[in-house]
Amino acid sequence: MGKIIQVTDDLRIVQTEPYVWEIPPYGEMRVPGRIYGDRTTVDHLVEDVQAGKSWNALVQIVNVACLPGIQRASLAMADVHPGYGFPIGGVGAFDFDEGVISMAGVGYDINCGVRTMRTNLSRHEIEPKKEDLANALYRTVPAGLGSTGDIKLSVKEVDKVLEKGAEFAVERGYGFPEDLEYVEERGRIAGADPDAVSKKAKEREFNQVGTLGSGNHYLEVQWVEEIYAPDVADAYGLFPDQILISIHCGSRGLGHQIGTDYLQVLEAASRKYNIPIRERELVCAPITSPEGRRYLAAVNCGINCAFANRQAIAHLARLAFQDALGVRPQDIATLYEIGHNTAKVEEHEVDGQIKKLVVHRKGATRAFGPGRQEVPAAYRDVGQPVLVGGTMGTCSFILHGTKRAMETTFGSALHGAGRTLSRQQAKKRFWGGDVITELAQRGIVVRAHSKAGVAEEAPGAYKDVEEVVDIMHNAGIIRKVARLRPLICIKG
Amino acid sequence: MAYEYLDHEADVGIRASGGTLEEAIAEGARAMFGVMTDLNRVGRSEEVPIHCQAGEPAALFVECLNEILFQRDVRHLLFADFQVTRLIHTDAGYELEGIAYGETLDATKHDLWTEVKAATYSGLIYEIKDGRHTLQCVLDV
Repeated sequence: MGKIIQVTDDLRIVQTEPYVWEIPPYGEMRVPGRIYGDRTTVDHLVEDVQAGKSWNALVQIVNVACLPGIQRASLAMADVHPGYGFPIGGVGAFDFDEGVISMAGVGYDINCGVRTMRTNLSRHEIEPKKEDLANALYRTVPAGLGSTGDIKLSVKEVDKVLEKGAEFAVERGYGFPEDLEYVEERGRIAGADPDAVSKKAKEREFNQVGTLGSGNHYLEVQWVEEIYAPDVADAYGLFPDQILISIHCGSRGLGHQIGTDYLQVLEAASRKYNIPIRERELVCAPITSPEGRRYLAAVNCGINCAFANRQAIAHLARLAFQDALGVRPQDIATLYEIGHNTAKVEEHEVDGQIKKLVVHRKGATRAFGPGRQEVPAAYRDVGQPVLVGGTMGTCSFILHGTKRAMETTFGSALHGAGRTLSRQQAKKRFWGGDVITELAQRGIVVRAHSKAGVAEEAPGAYKDVEEVVDIMHNAGIIRKVARLRPLICIKG
Repeated sequence: MAYEYLDHEADVGIRASGGTLEEAIAEGARAMFGVMTDLNRVGRSEEVPIHCQAGEPAALFVECLNEILFQRDVRHLLFADFQVTRLIHTDAGYELEGIAYGETLDATKHDLWTEVKAATYSGLIYEIKDGRHTLQCVLDV
């Protein structure tokens, strides 16, 4: 038995493994809470409770554990921090017939995620043309507040985006059919019903397909600095010094509006079905209720919207590579694409039985281990790639899912570094211009639409992504495959 | 300025106050605009009517902010100011009419910062103390 931390009269945290901590059920908790972290992770969560903060992740982990139909445990990955209702880094799986679907478990940026593409180029081939490439990417990929894309859509066409996802973008000439094989759900999740999405949400999407957005969203050109698992790296087509392109963005205004719309629908549903609302954002409906089914259909639309968006941006990035370096678009292949704000219907083994579940991953990725049919054939023997973005100027990781993840986290893992400084603190401490200069000295070219945004996203405002990844690696949930360093960063 | 920003790890907390609920809502809207851009550089040539309703004042505040964000996206505007022109308490709850003032977003003229995705119910507070109305919520950015 490991350490025990008594947080309040009822709330206790017990260390069960070197990197696993449990909150034994009390009060209305139906399952335990489980946190993947080291002592620092847990101390940080405890301090927030003891300081009486209005938003704290530990209470959110407990609240999720109280929801009807939750399976096994209310989970928090090592990048856990306060969210809305669910913590960021939170995973909650619910029995399809008896459980609930919650807006808080998906959030406002539905299917926000990462696409990584691989080139055949090595770092030394890019170095001399880095500035040109950065300029081409900055010109070609619309980013920042209020940016609009080249794809202008009618209402009917928006419905097609919501139904067909990345396929729609490919049909419009953005990318290749081969890309789809390497996107979760093949870039098109089933069960998307455009009628479940409001006219307002669709109106926000008219000119936003193929735009990056702002905040922590980015496009990076990276190089493979270190390979940890050569056999898996081989399966993923990775080699040392290789140039990769990673895109982090989501479902833009459409996803945000679905969140806003369904917050009200699900608040009413929580009252209708007598589900106590423990935090105002933690509203939900039984999955099989009319409200639950409709929300799931809307979430699927948001998921497809983000797929289409990343597919379009991926192709714009290819065009920039062609423009600046003469690389043919077909020589840049999709390595993989994953979402980290989703609720998905999946089958998992729970207590020896295969169960149909809805798995919420809020700021958490899917991390399926070897053998799952959902993973592309080329990767099925080693498990799916898990793409973890660092912060501007630090590093990113490619990991793979494990059998242990399937057994303990419903095949889920962390999504990023997690902040340690608020945006306001970061803006006070850093100046965007200084951050850009400092990164330039380290060989990283930053092109940003907002200097203030750069300050908010300064590397110093985040936890060390390497520490967070190591916790999950040591806990056996994922295994490290490769570490990537940025060369160029395009910010919204 | 009758608003302030609160430390929040991932997003931005805002707290706004005024002598009336109407004033507090307007201050909250200005706080939200101030996350996205330098308000001194945004003109006020466009006036957009805002209409929303909710069961209680705190939810009305969130609704109002989200309605403004919707108008920002579909009209491609940046806003600098907001006024509540009518706020009534009905049997069904609260109803608000107001006007958001701004102009067409222009990347060459405006200093564009971080896009607010949504106003949320997280950390949502409405309180009246010594005649001051205060509203608080977290903005998802």
